[in-house]
Amino acid sequence: MAFAVVLIILIVASVIFHFVSPWWFTPLASNWGPIDDILIITLVITAVVFVALGLFMVYCIIRYRHTGGHRAHYEPENKKLEWWLSGVTSVGIIAMLAPGLAVYSDFVHPPANATQIEVVGQQWRWSFRYPGGDGQLGTADALNITDDNPFGLNPEDPHSQDDILVQGSELHLPIDQPVKFVMRSKDVLHNFYVPQFRAKLDLVPGLVSSFWVTPTKAGEFEILCAELCGIGHYNMRAKVIVESPGQFQSWLSKQSTFSRSLTRDSTVGLIEQGQQLAESRGCLACHSVDGSPSLAPTWKDLYGKQEQLADGTQITVDDNYLKESILAPNAKMVAGYPPVMVAYQFSEQQLQAMIAYTKSLSTRPGDDGQPATREEP
Amino acid sequence: MAYAEDAEVVELHEPQSFVTKYIWSQDHKVIAIQYSLTAIVVGLIALVLSALMRMQLGFPGAIEMDASSYYQYMTMHGMIMVIYLLTALFLGGFGNYLIPLMVGARDMVFPFVNMLSYWFYLLSVLVLLASFFVPGGPTGAGWTLYPPQAISQGTPGIEWGIILMLVSLVIFIVAATMGGLNYVTTVIQARTHGMTLLRMPLTVWGIFMATILALLAFPALFVSGVMMLFDKTLGTSFFMPVMVSMGQTLDHQGGSPVLFQHLFWFFGHPEVYIVALPAFGIVSDIISTHARKNIFGYKMMVWAIIAIGVLSFIVWAHHMYVSGMNPYFGFFFATTTLLIAIPTALKVYNWLLTLWRGNIHLTVPMLFALAFVLTFVVGGLTGLFLGNVIVDIPLSDTYFVVAHFHMVMGVAPILVVFGAIYHWYPKITGRMLNDTLGKWHFWITFLGTYLIYFPMHYLGFLGMPRRYFAYDNYAFIPDSAQSLNAFITVTALIVGIAQLLFLVNLAWSAVRGQKADSNPWRATSLEWQTPQTPPVHGNWGKRMPVVYRWPYDYSMPDVEEDFVPQTISNRELGISDNGDLHSHQQATTASGSDQT
Amino acid sequence: MNSYSVDAGQPMRSEDYTGPGNGSDQPPRHNPNTTAIVGLRVFLVVVSSLFFLLLIALLTRSQYSDWEALSHPWQPLAQPWQLWLNTGLLAVASFTLQRARTLCKRASADHHFEAIKNQLIYSGVATGLFLASQLGLWQQLWSTGYSVAGNPANSFFYLMTGLHGLHLLGGLVAWARLWWRLQTKQPARLRPSVELCAIYWHYLLFVWLLILALFISPPETFAQIAAFCGFTPVQ
Repeated sequence: MAFAVVLIILIVASVIFHFVSPWWFTPLASNWGPIDDILIITLVITAVVFVALGLFMVYCIIRYRHTGGHRAHYEPENKKLEWWLSGVTSVGIIAMLAPGLAVYSDFVHPPANATQIEVVGQQWRWSFRYPGGDGQLGTADALNITDDNPFGLNPEDPHSQDDILVQGSELHLPIDQPVKFVMRSKDVLHNFYVPQFRAKLDLVPGLVSSFWVTPTKAGEFEILCAELCGIGHYNMRAKVIVESPGQFQSWLSKQSTFSRSLTRDSTVGLIEQGQQLAESRGCLACHSVDGSPSLAPTWKDLYGKQEQLADGTQITVDDNYLKESILAPNAKMVAGYPPVMVAYQFSEQQLQAMIAYTKSLSTRPGDDGQPATREEP
Repeated sequence: MAYAEDAEVVELHEPQSFVTKYIWSQDHKVIAIQYSLTAIVVGLIALVLSALMRMQLGFPGAIEMDASSYYQYMTMHGMIMVIYLLTALFLGGFGNYLIPLMVGARDMVFPFVNMLSYWFYLLSVLVLLASFFVPGGPTGAGWTLYPPQAISQGTPGIEWGIILMLVSLVIFIVAATMGGLNYVTTVIQARTHGMTLLRMPLTVWGIFMATILALLAFPALFVSGVMMLFDKTLGTSFFMPVMVSMGQTLDHQGGSPVLFQHLFWFFGHPEVYIVALPAFGIVSDIISTHARKNIFGYKMMVWAIIAIGVLSFIVWAHHMYVSGMNPYFGFFFATTTLLIAIPTALKVYNWLLTLWRGNIHLTVPMLFALAFVLTFVVGGLTGLFLGNVIVDIPLSDTYFVVAHFHMVMGVAPILVVFGAIYHWYPKITGRMLNDTLGKWHFWITFLGTYLIYFPMHYLGFLGMPRRYFAYDNYAFIPDSAQSLNAFITVTALIVGIAQLLFLVNLAWSAVRGQKADSNPWRATSLEWQTPQTPPVHGNWGKRMPVVYRWPYDYSMPDVEEDFVPQTISNRELGISDNGDLHSHQQATTASGSDQT
Repeated sequence: MNSYSVDAGQPMRSEDYTGPGNGSDQPPRHNPNTTAIVGLRVFLVVVSSLFFLLLIALLTRSQYSDWEALSHPWQPLAQPWQLWLNTGLLAVASFTLQRARTLCKRASADHHFEAIKNQLIYSGVATGLFLASQLGLWQQLWSTGYSVAGNPANSFFYLMTGLHGLHLLGGLVAWARLWWRLQTKQPARLRPSVELCAIYWHYLLFVWLLILALFISPPETFAQIAAFCGFTPVQ
């Protein structure tokens, strides 16, 4: 009997929990309300089934418990009842499946007026590309990717020239305008996920995947990665800002284009080169530049710092230590961080650029005893 | 009990030494216990790994852990639980012990290969555990081992861990094939006189079908594992596309990560039914025995098992709705996935209809069986959310998925494992498990796991992603979610520790438990009719048993005892009719509802 | 325990059977020879599953733009005389095992002891030569630049022929055991084992012919089969 009582409590509590639970859908900010609707239909049907089956079980346990007085009924089967139950179940299944597939059909057919925006994922950051004035994204290939061409765009393709490249972690979208995200990955699987948008899809290296969404609420939302992509998976974050078309345009016009990146002054300063490398090689996925804690030591005020190593010794962060940390990161690990950094192949010139950039983030004195100053680019 | 008088009187070749009796044993019962104990030990390791994970999620920073270790624990926990515990226990443990006894065979048909199967399994476990001790540690790629990340920079264990994992899986698959050949061929060939297919208990049907699934599905894991090994060690590009890994363009090109997913899930989905179908069969038998009532709709139950088995091969891509595969596949797989819900639902109805008008004894095995039904209903229903492609889009890779698969594969089948052990322990050892300890174990486990996984679904509704080491400063995740995580952790630790009750019970009762007679539950199926308890080598003595009926003649009208073992003929009962199903049904309808 | 008398001596009658399955399908008597063959056939279903999946993977991968079929003109398998030789060797092995099997079946099996032993030797030698020749082919391919990682077509070739060879090697273990027992026992008693070997070898010959057909067929055939299965070319 206790068992029956506990079951009743569990069933009732489960239903009550649903209504009092503080954990529910994030507020919808896109056109995919129908997904929520299908989810609710499914929830209602399954909840009814759960309660019905649960209470039936409780009824049987109470009514037919062993009391010494009665005997079980002998009824091997009842084909009619079983077919009837199968029929009812089928109806329930169809009630969930049919509307679900109808909404899915919308999902796989983007509207003709959707603008294309490219999402590029890499370990462990996001970058984005807008088509620019000609309305078309230029072709790209992973084989074209270099430090100077992190998107791997095809420089011969005229459509690439005006593509707007965004390597910072901010994606802007105009409100109420359908967007088709065309997505690719440079390395492993990722997944572009904004909970408030509901729609999401994997980024697959070697192919282009896509889904569409219309943002319907202005605001700032978080972009997360939703496919395990290594140890930095939980930290692969970005922001999407949905704003009025006017605000969007003004932001867009301030962004850099591909052609501008190609014609960048070849006498670019060492510091800016270092900054580019840090972005394109994914260093910033683990090393922050503003002092915030991350997977790896922050570069803010790193240069000249007395660093505690994993083997208990101390070291002053200087040019040589920085070089070694790039070429052979596990040689002198900083205490408290996992040994997961891979060895990078940088030329001497690139190493100098990295050192310069790191110095510029520090207010400590450098090798020459002079306080580091930020070079003007 | 009748024996075939024309059965060959066999000279049974008994193993003589301690080593041939208990170590290099070809006896299916010994092999079963070897499998089960190994599976339980390795399962406890995985339980500890889950406790470590929960500590990080519930109380971040309480123990020192980095993301790398977290992902390694997560991967090993998943792989051990699914393959090395559940599959090995249901097929190698329960399958080995129960099949020959339930079909009336002396042993499995290929005892030497059966023995090898265990030792290969043990070897696969050792190879897997060795990955904790190699440079770089075990793989942290997630139990699904998706390329490219499984063998690329940025994932733990790519030096040696992933290689050992894949090699271990290959060895396990060899072991599973050797065992599976035995289980299938024994059911086909070695049933005793009168044991037709439709007189086998549903436990046998469940394990039989699960074994067929295993034999057909494991090759897919084998192929994908070998191909990934090639990609890792030989530089091939089965799954590896052009990649710029940590700034380096790699040598691979043209491979397809999605191809791996197709191969993996072609195995992976039947795998969950390899775990579920034996559980279904066992639950049917436990409920039937302890409710003193035939399983309702036996034939439909058999057909449902077969239908589920067949359908399980055409639903795999519901694990890939957001994988970037051809979107039109979504329509097909959502349909087949929701279709498979129908025979599954039928089984649930039939379990409940078995209870209806039954004579229910709430013994410990029965408690576990009923708890299975409830938790399986929850877990199965949440599967409908995920199977319906459009609903899966927001829910995939969130805690909704984690809650779903733990409920339906972790909680429900494990409850059956416990119930089954409490049920068959007296046959295996000749002693009963302690009832009080059993009830405590039951209540803590059932309520605890329900409290852990039911609320977790709502974290999924919220959108909280899975496989995250930490959740710092996400605006959309309220602080209360962290409180729930802490609650879940505490509950999980309690449930984990409570399993000690079970282990202590197992060990203590083996030597000091109340002595049981050969059929303490008064069950009808053949394994309870062995001449000795525990059964000796050869199971049946000099002569093979003869079976006259199905295994569900409980509470037959016109019969004084409320159960009739399969080996009792109608003549012995004093029933003069031809004793077929329909005359019994007519008799009961004529005499009205249950007799008091 | 129960109150029924133990009815040890009563003959069975069909009306004694109750419950579903009313005595209509008697379970087969456990004949160890049939059982072994059933077991082997179940195993062959597993192996078929393995090669079928490899085939599907092959077909999907073959439609990617970087696939260079080995049967392309100027490619090594455009003139595959070694493959035909190996096929011949495997066919000899199968044929001689079949001879041995037929001889064993005869009532006068024991008189053909020498002949059976000889057929067995031929099959073992032919198989051994097949495996050696396959290795030779691998070596030749590798040294002319067709390494396993060079091209996905290469990868599949090595993988599939490798797995096929491994299965054959496993068969040779059984063959060796049979050979060993033949030294002391009469062939009539070893007929089941000869049967099993024959079935297994025929099966592996069949798998080999499939692999052969695939790898020497022109890329257009690949494309046709792939399209038939719904796999379209991928850039």
